[in-house]
Parts: sequence; C-alpha cells; structure tokens
Amino acid sequence: MRVTQGTFSFLPDFTDQQIHEQVQYCIDNGWALSIEHTDDPHPRNTYWEMWGHPMFDNPDAAAIVFELNECRKVYGSRYIKIIAFDPSPGWESIRLSFIVNRPSEEPGFKLSRTEIKGRNIQYSITPYSSDKPQGSRYK
Amino acid sequence: MPDGDKKLDAKARYSAGVLEYKKMGYWEPDYSPKDTDVIALFRITPQDGVDPIEAAAAVAGESSTATWTVVWTDRLTAAEKYRAKAYRVDPTPNNPNEYFAYIAYELDLFEPGSIANLTASIIGNVFGFKPLKALRLEDMRLPVAYVKTFQGPATGIVVERERLNCYGRPLLGATVKPKLGLSGRNYGRVVYEALKGGLDFTKDDENINSQPFMHWRDRFLYCMEAVNRASAATGEIKGTYLNVTAGTMEEMYKRAEFAKELGSVIVMIDLVIGYTAIQSMAKWARDNDMILHLHRAGHSTYTRQKTHGVSFRVIAKWMRLAGVDHIHAGTVVGKLEGDPATTKGYYDICREEHNPVSLETGLFFDQDWASLNKMMPVASGGIHAGQMHQLIHYLGEDVVLQFGGGTIGHPQGIAAGATANRVALEAMVYARNAGKDYLAEGPTILAEAAKTCTPLREALDIWKDVTFDYASTDAPDFVPTTSVS
Repeated sequence: MRVTQGTFSFLPDFTDQQIHEQVQYCIDNGWALSIEHTDDPHPRNTYWEMWGHPMFDNPDAAAIVFELNECRKVYGSRYIKIIAFDPSPGWESIRLSFIVNRPSEEPGFKLSRTEIKGRNIQYSITPYSSDKPQGSRYK
Repeated sequence: MPDGDKKLDAKARYSAGVLEYKKMGYWEPDYSPKDTDVIALFRITPQDGVDPIEAAAAVAGESSTATWTVVWTDRLTAAEKYRAKAYRVDPTPNNPNEYFAYIAYELDLFEPGSIANLTASIIGNVFGFKPLKALRLEDMRLPVAYVKTFQGPATGIVVERERLNCYGRPLLGATVKPKLGLSGRNYGRVVYEALKGGLDFTKDDENINSQPFMHWRDRFLYCMEAVNRASAATGEIKGTYLNVTAGTMEEMYKRAEFAKELGSVIVMIDLVIGYTAIQSMAKWARDNDMILHLHRAGHSTYTRQKTHGVSFRVIAKWMRLAGVDHIHAGTVVGKLEGDPATTKGYYDICREEHNPVSLETGLFFDQDWASLNKMMPVASGGIHAGQMHQLIHYLGEDVVLQFGGGTIGHPQGIAAGATANRVALEAMVYARNAGKDYLAEGPTILAEAAKTCTPLREALDIWKDVTFDYASTDAPDFVPTTSVS
C-alpha cells in the first residue's frame, strides 16, 4: 500500500526539481521550512523526528533540497516529509506538508477490533512495521 | 435624503395618541454610530405613498422599543438610549422603489452570547409590518464588544487541519447518495469506498436522521467501521459527518455522545434545529474535541429573494458567532444559487480575521472578528473534477469541496470517483504552487494528470460538458467601475 498522508501523495513521487518548486513557493510566502523523518507512519504520529531546526530566513530553496539529500543519506529507508510553518497571526501552524521520501516497501496498517458492550467496536490502527524496534523497521 | 422633522419637546412627544415613528425619535440623521453599536442594514420596499424615511424609522422602532402608539411608560426609562436609530437612508442603485436603511442599536439592547435574543429583535416582529411591502436584512456590523461574548467556531480551520493532519489543499468530501433509503450496511459501503479512494470526509445528508430504513445507531456503527477501515488502508485520518439532528436536544446530545464514543472526529447538525440548539451543540463540540458541521437546510426560504428575507451573509455571520466549524456557502460553478462576487463575500465572512467594507462583494460594513476561530466553508452541489481549476480560483484553499454525484456516479465505481477528484485536486494545487496560470491552463493540467490516472481520464470524459449557467437571483447592487486615468 501507499501511505497517502500529505498534500501530494496521489501524484507520482516528486523529482528534486519539483520539490525545489514547491519549497520556493513556501519561501515566497514567508514560511519556514523543516525536514522531518519517521519509521512510524501512524496517522496520529504527530511528532516525526526533526532533521535540524526549521530553516528561518532562508531565501534559497536549494538549501532545503541539499539538506533533504543529506537526510536521505542517513534515513533513506524511512518516510521523510517537508513541512512549511506560517507564523502569521491567526494561523501560526503548518501550511504545507508533503512526503518526499518513502520506504521501498510499505506494508501498511493492521486494524484491530475489540468488541465491547452492545454492538460497539473499539478500533485501533497499528503500522505492521512498528512491531519491530525503532530504527530497524525498514530496510 | 432630507433630514425629516425636527425633534419635538417632551410634552409634544409624550402626549397620548399616535405619532409618526420619525417624530418619536427613531430617525436621527445626525447620529454617528458608536463603536459599540450593533448596526443593521435593511433593504426596505415601502408601500406606495409611504415616505422611505418614515418606513426606516418604523423598522428601527419595531425592531427596538416602539409600539404603534405613544406610551407614557417610556419616560420611566432612558428611552433615548434604548431606541434604535435610523440614521441614513439611501436609494438603491438599481430599483427606485427600494432603499437602504442603516439602523444603529445600543449594545445594551442585547443579551450577551445569544443569537436568539439578537434575532428576536432584529428580525422579530418587523418583517410582517404592514407599511412595508418587503424587507430584507442585508448586512450587520457586530461590534467587537459583542463578538467577544460568543464562543465562536468550536474547532476552527487551523485546529481542524492539525487534527486531520491535512494541510495545503482543500479538503475533499462527498454526500452519500441516494440520500434516503439505504440500509446502514449498504450506506457504510459508500463511505468506505469513497474514503479509501481518497476523500477526507463523507457526509450524511440533511434529512438522514433515524428512519424506518436505517436507524441512527446502525448508521453510526457501520459508518465508523468504514472510517476505520479506510484509515487503515491509507494511513490518513478520515471522517464522516454523522448527522445528529433530532427532535429534541436530549436526543441530539445522546447521538453526539455515541458518535464520540465511537471515535468520530466530526458530527453534523442542520440549520433548521434553530439558533439556540446550534449554540448548544457548538458548546458541546468545544467540550468534546469534535468538529461541528452545519448543513444550511432551509436557508433558501429566506435568503434567496433579493427584496425580502435575510441575506445569507448575515446568516454566515450569526453562525460564526454561534460556533459551527463548517458551513455550506456556495460553489459558484455548481447547481445551486451563487453569484461569484456575492459568494466571495460569504467566504470572506467565514475565513477572514477582518472584513473591510467591500460593496462589490456585498459587505457593507467593516467587521472585526476579534480572534474568533475561522469557519471552513463547504462547496457542495453539482461540482465535478473537471472544474477543479475554477473551484480553486474562486474558493481558495481553506474549503471542503464536496463531490457527491461527482464521486458516486463515476463509471468505474465510488473509489475510482474519489481518486479522480483527489488526483485532480493535488495536480491543480501543485501547478498553482509551481507558478502556473492554472485557471487558464486548467484543462491542460487536468489532461496531463489524467495520463497517469485512468479514473480521472474517465471523469473528465463523462462530465466534460456539464455546466450550470443560470442568471443569479442575488447579485451585488454595486459593481466596480473602471476608473479613468
């Protein structure tokens, strides 16, 4: 399966040139960019690991693409995403978030059902990969 | 407009009998509204022979303190303070029988935090008043002091996106069809296919509550099975608007509690439940981390005609105060009423921190929202993937685009319909961000994306000629004119 979190997961994977274009759009809007990676793609895993701080005051999209490739050298078998933060009043949150690297195989998620009173069911979703310890989930 | 009649002295003003409203103090052409006044703009159509200023004064009177005759008990109060004051009457640009009347209301006339109380005054008795042929509430200025007495949207656009982990693009939804008659089991099938195929949300329709063919608990249980399956299939957070509309507040709370127990991220209500019920549900939603979707069922009975009723821009303002998170606000290009400029005005009311005066979009007042959360507008009704460039151009990024027929009617099935919409959307946002002239190049961008997505190719082929091009019944009165330089 393909994890389809993020703004562009239904499109074919981006080239570095396409990533550069989207990053430049964010920079032109005054947003700070950040690179994050994880080996736990649970939909509610909010805090992926940060690849350094968000880049504030950076006018050049090439710097982010460079850092992305540095991150890929270390965590190329994980999910990596680029996030844009907008500090303007009334927003102060993320404006764009898209996956730029994914494991070669994505085993997907297990859905567990616990039958409780009446016909009610409690659901929980677990990535198949997270049975293994952190760091050894994807090759 | 002439300034009417001079003020009467107290003896003449309060001697028993009938007096024109403008002489009773409801017409004050020199009045300059205070920052704390509520201001209402009415479109008035006086009966033949009725002076428009007297008509405006009558509206001010009947929507505040007046009755048809002089009463001495006024003198036991600070009557001048509590009288609403018509202070300006303008002819409308396009119809000699209609006038714009501006009326200012003292803040103390209204109970804090109560839409019911506000509307009981402003649209209470006055709309049936005999000297008027027709009356329409066009717009209101709500002072910051009053805005701050309301909770506002339970969740708001920013937190909704954070909860859904979805940024940078409009959200996608679909209403389950046929809207009546499916069993709970079959209903959940539509939800599962649509969400798995790429939508963020599915939606109950306004009249799906608890009927013989599907009782509410069955719908909730099957829908949540579908939502969780789809979430596991995609790794995304999904939701379905479970309509908790019911005959009593007690029943609505019960249904909402069950939706929460099942782990739903969102519940839905209909506008017809009434302002107080809406405020109660908004408070419940804030207390229970729930997004609150409002379907504007019934609004066209009073919003659509230009001469009589209440403009939808006013309803949108009341709903932002009342505290819903989603509100249907028009599509421009779809099957339901929606002039582009007027619709832009509605969207601005939902999403902006501050609305400047903008006559060309129907906004007559400067409105400060005092950090109340933003409402997510919802575009629904007769839209399809082939219009994606126009939808993003007119409606922007913070909107839920709902393709009901445009998802479920896809020749290759519901999931394929959902995928077509999602690919079209992502391709268009990508092109916009990459600096393309996406409005002009829209069809080319979609055709290009369809090369790697068969469902999109089929959607574009089947719906390519569908447009809804009818004259609008509610266009703005003021059209910007090109200035000569």
